[in-house]
Amino acid sequence: MGGAGFPRPAPPSQNRGTVTQTLDPAPPSPLVGGPRPPGFAVDRAFRVLAVLAGLFVLVVLVSIVFVLFDSAREWISFEGLGSLFSLDWEPVNEKFGAGSLALMTLIVAALALVIAVPISVGIALFVTEIAPRRARLPIVFVIDLLAAIPSVVFGLWMLRQLSQPLADVYADVHGAVAGVPVLGDLLGSPSASGLSIMTAAIVVGIMITPIVTAITREVFATCPLAQKEASLALGATRWEMIRGAIFPHSRSGVVAAVIIGFGRAVGETIAVALVIGASQRLTGNLLAPGDTLASIIANQFGEASGVQRSALIGFGLVLLLLTIIIGIVARSVLRRANRRFGVV
Amino acid sequence: MTSEPAMPPAATAGDTITRVDLTPTQVRPPEVPADPGPVPGREVVFDLSTVEIFYGEARAVTDVDLDIARNEISAFIGPSGCGKTTVLRSLNRMHDLTPGARVAGTITYHGEDLYGPKVDAAEVRRRIGMVFQKPNPFPKSIFDNIAYGPRINGVRKRSELEGIVEQALTRAALWGEVKEKLKSSALSLSGGQAQRLCIARALAVDPDVLLMDEPCSALDPIATARIEDLMEELKETLTIVIVTHNMQQAARVSDRTAFYTAEADDNGRRVGKLVEYDATATIFTKPSDPRTEGYITGRFG
Ligand SMILES: Nc1ncnc2c1ncn2[C@@H]1O[C@H](COP(=O)(O)OP(=O)(O)O)[C@@H](O)[C@H]1O
Ligand SMILES: [Mg+2]
Repeated sequence: MGGAGFPRPAPPSQNRGTVTQTLDPAPPSPLVGGPRPPGFAVDRAFRVLAVLAGLFVLVVLVSIVFVLFDSAREWISFEGLGSLFSLDWEPVNEKFGAGSLALMTLIVAALALVIAVPISVGIALFVTEIAPRRARLPIVFVIDLLAAIPSVVFGLWMLRQLSQPLADVYADVHGAVAGVPVLGDLLGSPSASGLSIMTAAIVVGIMITPIVTAITREVFATCPLAQKEASLALGATRWEMIRGAIFPHSRSGVVAAVIIGFGRAVGETIAVALVIGASQRLTGNLLAPGDTLASIIANQFGEASGVQRSALIGFGLVLLLLTIIIGIVARSVLRRANRRFGVV
Repeated sequence: MTSEPAMPPAATAGDTITRVDLTPTQVRPPEVPADPGPVPGREVVFDLSTVEIFYGEARAVTDVDLDIARNEISAFIGPSGCGKTTVLRSLNRMHDLTPGARVAGTITYHGEDLYGPKVDAAEVRRRIGMVFQKPNPFPKSIFDNIAYGPRINGVRKRSELEGIVEQALTRAALWGEVKEKLKSSALSLSGGQAQRLCIARALAVDPDVLLMDEPCSALDPIATARIEDLMEELKETLTIVIVTHNMQQAARVSDRTAFYTAEADDNGRRVGKLVEYDATATIFTKPSDPRTEGYITGRFG
């Protein structure tokens, strides 16, 4: 090849900004002294504003924790900090352990995810990869509409229309799995009304589907065309391409969607209060009534007084801690996922 | 199909004529090798006749007639936007994935209609591998990148996969550099390594043809030279079609060259077309079309 070398593509035409800069006579000392540029004051004002806004959020958060803690002191001092985790529930003896409610809250949320995640991933894949281009926007619109329905409307619809038919389904399911080791216990004898942990999970699952769908859709859509083509060019079918290119690319994004959905599910109040059946005894039977930290507040706060009222406020505090913990776990999960392969 | 053993005659014939080292100052070497013309016994892999490709209503290329023979390297050259990539992607049915894209005319692959109703596009792409302009390794380990193709073809046994991975990486001249770190992310490789990884990934499914779309445009000269050497070796067992922006590269590596250009049609839209397709030495030394000559002189001069 000799000295000819490789001709590089011609560089783009000279950047004018650079040219003017090099022609300008350099100021004697560009770093110190001299008049402030005009944008300086605005910049400074903006910074002050941002700090103030941040402080405001912090103050609100701290005061919420403080007020909740103060109002819940009667409950906490009654049994000590142990009541935060205690499974004891004896209203006559003024024992209101938050433990079983917290567990049932997590059960409802987890079950809601089991329902919502496959549906959301399915819809998101359908919309981004399979549906004809013209059908995509309408589908997205309908699902986003679902997100706009108020929580209480969902709860009432479930209560009026679906709890009774569900009770029959539960009875059949229970009959089918009776005697099966673990499943038989999880799907134990159902409540006659159909109001149960499962019913609450279904309604919460439907409610978090739009947000989980929206995030997974966004994540799937950002899978680079180059990755999809790489997979297809190796002879992958569409499904193999989805598994081989889109899923690995989207792993941490889907985890984020799941965690956000979980956070929503944990805090969901009024719809759950309407359909869960209000039983504070911890149960492993998903077809039996239960109660969650949020739903018990909605159901009992009106009539509560004394230690019970204080306990209900304490449940709010526990709920707050729970969501903060979920947020922290989410962050560390995502950070770990990012470090693995540096995607998303 | 035709008798199995590779067809060295075509390859050797190409070899003797393409080793002309063209430098910018030597556009037309005085001693011009005679145009060998079509070599009898060339085994045709692709035969394109009156191919036209559309994106929606817009016609991107028209009038493409050429055949590509086994164990040859064919280069597509021409100005940007003249349809080189478009034609290349029609050879492994990548256009199936672009909404609105349509291929008219006929393309046969080993005598079979590539766009026939019973042809399975996934199977076509398994036999006709593709390397893209920008290296596109998966965000997975080096091993899993190479094993991807074999896995979707049903290879499950670890030992078998290990053998395939080693062989593919060796063929792509990357084994020595990565054998110690097969488990690390493919995204940690340099640009040149990543492109060779993509070549290895394509080779792992044992394709019959390798389509390369400006595979060196993102690489430095050393990495480029390695890939060119590699193509030279791969040609013994494969048929290669390469799109390149680099005239020297086309002259160095290819046996045949197709020159495309884009010209305004009756409605004033620019449409790509094949101007000339011939032995590389002919295209670079005594092209029969003045447009080819103009382009090549311009690019070298
Ligand atoms: N996906 C696409 N959709 C619409 N037009 C396209 C698409 N890809 C390429 N084209 C058009 O087709 C013509 C040929 O493009 P291309 O084959 O990429 O040219 P080249 O590879 O020679 O630079 C160009 O006018 C380009 O704008
Ligand atoms: Mg191109």
